[in-house]
Amino acid sequence: MTSLPASTERKLGLVIDLDTCVGCHACVVSCKGWNTENYGAPLSDQDPYGADPTGTFLNRVHSYEVQPETGPAQLFHFPKSCLHCEDAPCVTVCPTGASYKRAEDGIVLVNESACIGCGLCAWACPYGARELDAAEGVMKKCTLCVDRIYNDNLPEEDRLPACVRTCPAGARHFGDLGDPDSDVSRLVVERGGFDLMPEQGTKPVNKYLPPRPKDGWEGQVDVLAPFLAPVAEEPKGFLGWLDRALGALPGGDRP
Amino acid sequence: MHPAPSIIAFTTLSGLGLGLLFWLGIDPTPPTGWVGAVFFAIGFALAGGGLMLSTFHLGRPERAIRAFSQWRTSWLSREAWTALAALSVMVLHAALVVLFGFSLSLLGWLGAALCLATVFTTSMIYAQLRTVPRWHHWSTPLLFLTLSLAGGALLSGRVSVAMVLLAITGAVQLWSWRDGDERLARSGSDMASATGLGGIGTVRAFEPPHTGTNYLMREMVHVVGRKHAQKLRVIAMGLMVVLPVVLLALPFGHAWAGLAVLSHVAGVIVARWLFFAEAEHVVGFYYGKR
Ligand code: SF4
Ligand code: SF4
Repeated sequence: MTSLPASTERKLGLVIDLDTCVGCHACVVSCKGWNTENYGAPLSDQDPYGADPTGTFLNRVHSYEVQPETGPAQLFHFPKSCLHCEDAPCVTVCPTGASYKRAEDGIVLVNESACIGCGLCAWACPYGARELDAAEGVMKKCTLCVDRIYNDNLPEEDRLPACVRTCPAGARHFGDLGDPDSDVSRLVVERGGFDLMPEQGTKPVNKYLPPRPKDGWEGQVDVLAPFLAPVAEEPKGFLGWLDRALGALPGGDRP
Repeated sequence: MHPAPSIIAFTTLSGLGLGLLFWLGIDPTPPTGWVGAVFFAIGFALAGGGLMLSTFHLGRPERAIRAFSQWRTSWLSREAWTALAALSVMVLHAALVVLFGFSLSLLGWLGAALCLATVFTTSMIYAQLRTVPRWHHWSTPLLFLTLSLAGGALLSGRVSVAMVLLAITGAVQLWSWRDGDERLARSGSDMASATGLGGIGTVRAFEPPHTGTNYLMREMVHVVGRKHAQKLRVIAMGLMVVLPVVLLALPFGHAWAGLAVLSHVAGVIVARWLFFAEAEHVVGFYYGKR
């Protein structure tokens, strides 16, 4: 049913730390791996070893350079997948009811056996979180690893989305963002988590944590610094003589 | 957005066909017999054929029937219903008119209203998308409706009505091009809001997530051909509005009507190509493109 639930019992989602992400793409690979073997149609590739490879991914990592007014440019890695929006425009546009948002946990899913592959939901998503699989002709998107997080056959520590489980930097967190006392909600409050494109009115559940301010060296004086200052700017004595003598030889590197 | 030939053909042809059926529906003395049969057949061929074409861009066309299920929320589903209703009512009306020379005006008006409703629902599929600021505007349904009415008037041989409607359509189109050029900037979305990094400084795309292309770039970050947009606008306006009006204004306008129709259709196709190719999707910001 493509009406959105008025509210959901829980709001499961991700919190992504832009300060910590190192841009290794491990989450991209583990997502592709898990979701190719599990929920729904595999994530196909076209011409994977040829000259023009493309394929379906549910999670992609962009990199941005940000130039502050002063100081050097800064580089950020930016993982992006479905944000499981509360006001998900991708759901309401769907003509078949294949796209839906679950009332119990807020996860946005596609029922692939009802999808006609019209692509309208991908047009409606501001974030590029939906990709039509070229082999299967149906819409693919992040399921928040719905087949892991409730899966009693997995050891408890694995009942997390594959991307969160695999991230070597601890840049991805999973939890209930509808519960103000959950770890993820507290993290969002502490670090000032924000929404992507809030002006689109989608009310994303996933939040992004801003990069912490970078350290600068200007104005920082170490107490030991005076001891490290050069003792003599110009060498004197024997060293001074050696320096001048060598410098006078032809082929010397002094002007 | 990717200007898919099947969608361009579908919206162009069905718009024209539904426009023609509208005028046949409200006509108090519709053409009967063989002449009527030809007029109605053209209308049904364009409208029905266009709708058939629209299934070509589906990943799973064999399930298209499911698109009728979500009329409560989805404009695409509503379009399916209005199209089915419009064609059914008009088939009944056409049968009475052509076979029995009997026109039930209530039935004709109902069919005509449903034809316009179908064009409206089609336009709302685009106008509802906040992600494409150029389309997310009341001028999108207005443009689709005036275009369909003008094209229908032209096809049904209403010379003076067609001239007026073509001029109105031209004005609406000109204004939506001009205003449309500013809608992306007005939408408030940019690379800073997309990444949330704007507070630190100027954001630039450094490295894309993949070496090749992908579905998103092909479908929504279609930038090829935009550089010719200005020239194509002139061509579209000339063929769609100016030439047909001039031809109709010539003495013996009726003799030139066939040429006017061809010119108009060609112009609408160019304008529809621009409608897609020029439309910027906000996801382009994640790729540093627009
Ligand atoms: S991120 Fe896109 S696909 Fe996911 S819920 Fe929001 S609008 Fe839908
Ligand atoms: S592509 Fe599938 S899920 Fe998306 S709107 Fe169309 S039918 Fe619904």
